Amino acid sequence: MRNFTSVRAQEIPPSGIRKFFDLVLAMEDVISLGVGEPDFRTPWNICESSIYAIEQGVTSYTSNKGLQTLRDALSRYLAQHYNLNYSSDHEIIITSGVSEALDIAIRAIVDPGDEVLVAQPGYVSYGPCVTLAGGKPVPVRCVEKDHFKLNPDSLAEQITKKSKALIINFPNNPTGAVMTESDLKAVADLIIDHDLLLISDEVYAELTYETRHCAAATVGALRERTITLNGFSKAYAMTGWRIGYLCAPRELCDAALKIHQYVMLCAPVMGQVGAVEALRSAEEEKNSMVNEYRLRRNMFVAGLNRIGLPCHVPEGAFYAFPSVEKTGLSDVEFAERLLKEQRVAVVPGSVFGSGGEGHLRCAYAVSRKELNEALLRMEEFLNTL
Amino acid sequence: MDEKDLDLLRILEENSRLSAEEIAMMTNLEKAEVEDRIRALEVAQVIKCYSTVINWERAGNGEVSAIIELKVSPERDFGYDRIAERLSRFRQVRSLRLITGTYDLQLTVTGKNMQEVSRFVSEHVAPMDRIRETATHIIMKSYKENGNAFFEQPETERLPYCP
Repeated sequence: MRNFTSVRAQEIPPSGIRKFFDLVLAMEDVISLGVGEPDFRTPWNICESSIYAIEQGVTSYTSNKGLQTLRDALSRYLAQHYNLNYSSDHEIIITSGVSEALDIAIRAIVDPGDEVLVAQPGYVSYGPCVTLAGGKPVPVRCVEKDHFKLNPDSLAEQITKKSKALIINFPNNPTGAVMTESDLKAVADLIIDHDLLLISDEVYAELTYETRHCAAATVGALRERTITLNGFSKAYAMTGWRIGYLCAPRELCDAALKIHQYVMLCAPVMGQVGAVEALRSAEEEKNSMVNEYRLRRNMFVAGLNRIGLPCHVPEGAFYAFPSVEKTGLSDVEFAERLLKEQRVAVVPGSVFGSGGEGHLRCAYAVSRKELNEALLRMEEFLNTL
Repeated sequence: MDEKDLDLLRILEENSRLSAEEIAMMTNLEKAEVEDRIRALEVAQVIKCYSTVINWERAGNGEVSAIIELKVSPERDFGYDRIAERLSRFRQVRSLRLITGTYDLQLTVTGKNMQEVSRFVSEHVAPMDRIRETATHIIMKSYKENGNAFFEQPETERLPYCP
């Protein structure tokens, strides 16, 4: 029999955390700082409105673009909160999570042979999605010295005639780095000079602790060449609901919509109803979760530095990204031994690409009690080295 | 009162048993500053006291609580304040509020048993000057107190790793 798997599928690297998954399944009493999702339950008002909608028989397909009420509410919300102006009729698509938004955005713009610059360390899907679309992902390294912001010089070095787009994600998973308006301005000039498109994944936009999030599309003349991705998962603790959205100028949005209607048709309606309620009534709940993340961050990052794992202060998302270089272990060795010896699960930074090596991603979206216990166990582990 | 003070109040409201050191870590303050700020909040009576939310039903001491509503004729110059002050002195009165609607004051009263609660209402509250009418509602079961629900939520499954 032939090997039926496509070359493209074969080309995608396997997940870097597979072996950790297998290890952890056989263990008990593990504290996991390895999960990139809120530990809170979805606020009850959101759940309740979705349950009510199901009871009322709201169970059908929606328009491809998503419920009009949701797009209208989003359009207003984005304008008020981020000064982002997108027409609810032509420039917003509701997707099945940001994951789908990312996929259709990339497929809408990438032709075979196109190079797509990917800021790294970064979320694990960007490169493979580019590969699947026939493009070539080109990493742009963000380093600790720059607090893991995207450095325009590093970007310039990787730009070639084939470069078509740049993917960024700030606040960043896994580093917690944010880009201010002036940071983005420095990058915007390069993007415009080289006629690139920008895909900006802003799913952690609500989770900033020092400054308000600056949406990339509001910087300089970037709007016309930016696809903004965002969703409800992180801010409203709605990961399992799978509701994200894509915003872009009409021409780009139309191209992405064609793909969306063939591969997804529409995002789940119950999730969309929940998202409407999130925008309508969950501001307080969201703020109190963000506030709790901030307290945990302060406590956890201080703890990491105290036990001897140097960590810059992440200004956004819910990840700390300490360095393990001083221990002499690689990030993968450290993470594996920490799991086996002290039952604390963290993700090695190298999983997130170039620049991540020598670091660990620790999600502090767990209770303070667990964070304290994790710190004790990590300290214990360090003492044995 | 600044953002840091609000942080301290939210933290203490949720768990007043955290040490100043732990609170200092969370708020990026020095331990001494946390202590100073909390002392100032206590002096200003913003922090009234540190108490514990107890599920008495589970403790099983058989205590009975009731919500009592009162219609009160307000006094010239004092309104409801003087009578409220008198009521608040009773040990049995756990909370006392002025409310809108059919009744004026609402109390929560706790006693060892039903007899004690009804005796307290009929002998001490109802006969007070200016109280025109009382309505007593025995609390049959408490589901949530001070923001804490008494339901046990089942553990939900969470992935150990997720990039």
